Amino acid sequence: MAQYVLLLRDNGSFPTDMSGEEMQAIIRRYKAWSDGLRAEGRFKGGEKLKDREGRLMRRGSSGVSVTDGPFAEAKEIIGGFFVIEAASYEDAVKRANDCPHLDFGTIEVREIDQI
Amino acid sequence: MTWAAPAVDGLIDHLFRHQAGQMVAMLTRIFGAEHLPLAEEVVQESLLSALTLWSFHGVPENPGGWLFRVARNKALDQLRRQASLKEKEPQIAAALRFAAVDDDEPHFAHELRDDTLQMMLMCCHPAIPEESRIALTLKTVGGFSVEEIARAFLTQKSTIAQRLVRAKRLIREQGIVMEIPPREELPSRLESLLKVLYLMFNEGYSAHEGDALVRGDLCTEAIRLCTLLVEHPATVSPSAHALLALMLLQSARLRARVDAAGELAILAEQDRSLWDGPAILRGMRELDASAAGERLTPYHVEAALAACHAVAPSFEETDWPRIVSLYDDLLAMQPSPVVALNRAVAVAMVQGPAAGIEAIESMAAADSLRDYPLLSSTLGELFLRDGDREKAAEHFARALELPSTMPEKRFLLRKLESCR
Repeated sequence: MAQYVLLLRDNGSFPTDMSGEEMQAIIRRYKAWSDGLRAEGRFKGGEKLKDREGRLMRRGSSGVSVTDGPFAEAKEIIGGFFVIEAASYEDAVKRANDCPHLDFGTIEVREIDQI
Repeated sequence: MTWAAPAVDGLIDHLFRHQAGQMVAMLTRIFGAEHLPLAEEVVQESLLSALTLWSFHGVPENPGGWLFRVARNKALDQLRRQASLKEKEPQIAAALRFAAVDDDEPHFAHELRDDTLQMMLMCCHPAIPEESRIALTLKTVGGFSVEEIARAFLTQKSTIAQRLVRAKRLIREQGIVMEIPPREELPSRLESLLKVLYLMFNEGYSAHEGDALVRGDLCTEAIRLCTLLVEHPATVSPSAHALLALMLLQSARLRARVDAAGELAILAEQDRSLWDGPAILRGMRELDASAAGERLTPYHVEAALAACHAVAPSFEETDWPRIVSLYDDLLAMQPSPVVALNRAVAVAMVQGPAAGIEAIESMAAADSLRDYPLLSSTLGELFLRDGDREKAAEHFARALELPSTMPEKRFLLRKLESCR
């Protein structure tokens, strides 16, 4: 079955004055969602990327330039990703539909191109 | 930790809240009490890190230890950045490095308990206004958010926030330290702490409007903190045992207060098989332990009252004469119209409804209870039992005009209908 990457953007939009109970409730929602896929053997993993750091590399006329990024330029930062198995884009979107991340940011669904 | 059951999904209930309380207490001890806001900031940041990381990656093996490790690292970061910590930097760095981070370790559990106790005692320092003490205790030791505290007390968020800011400023300005107070100050500090726990519990227990979940948590938290007090040799006292007995015996009845249909069930109607047996047993043991001292406090009397109800096989078979005499004791200690009203109910059980009505009508302070819905509903109930349906209906109708919760209103409507 094909694998899809769900790119999770905008995770910086969690309100910072949330109570411990509220945070715990959000973690539980994410976990319930991934556990559902895991039970079907369709959850392949997930990772969070580090906040506020990264490098953007580009080859120019004078060689490769490296800048801190992409935070200065992009508004929608990728905060993390999930990898799931799905039969089609339609199926992948259906499975991402109840992912709690949609309450806090956007999800970009991309199929991994397998040879 | 002992007070929470492991949850099915690997996250213990209230983990964040409890962990936050312990981490704030530990970091405040290490940074110094004047840096309490910094300790809170470090802890909040640690919880927020966990939020995104665990959401995307999954919950780690030992979530509590993970939070402690992250908080320690963030504290070390702050130490490098904050100029105000420069002076004490070597000591703080050493304390942070030595701070254990595995909460399964018995030695560490001990340390955490001491930190929590000292923090509670600091929150009840006489220089801090009484109204701020509960809020400060709930925020720092209990890990409640400003909004949750405001919801529980039906107060504006800004009011609670102001009280907290003011309390923290007083701690800084007056050089209040986190410690077990010296021997001569300890008794009065403990008394003020018991009062804070008593009010915390009552706020959660009394059936006002407000967030039911948060209110239940106030009861659990007050019991947890009072348990810490009685388990420590420096802070245990007969009145602490009495207060814990009172809270356990009352909370044992909590889940019977709502019937199967979600309606309010008063004591007379409660399904006693729903009462929490182990909590009653624990409460009775605490009540025994409270009998050690010379002093009889209102906590002792209230606990004895709660015990009378807790061991009674039914409403009718309750030891009402003893309850009347306990209310007499309580009235002598702290005259209050509410206590007098409760006494009148007990009088009615011993001598009949007419005697109860007479007791209420002769209450000197009955006037101050004019707008208290329980006064009208109690009178309604007593007239109903006395066979005077017309008078009963009048009083239930009066109670309905006063502010109360929806379940209370439905209860009163049912009563009003039974008068017809």
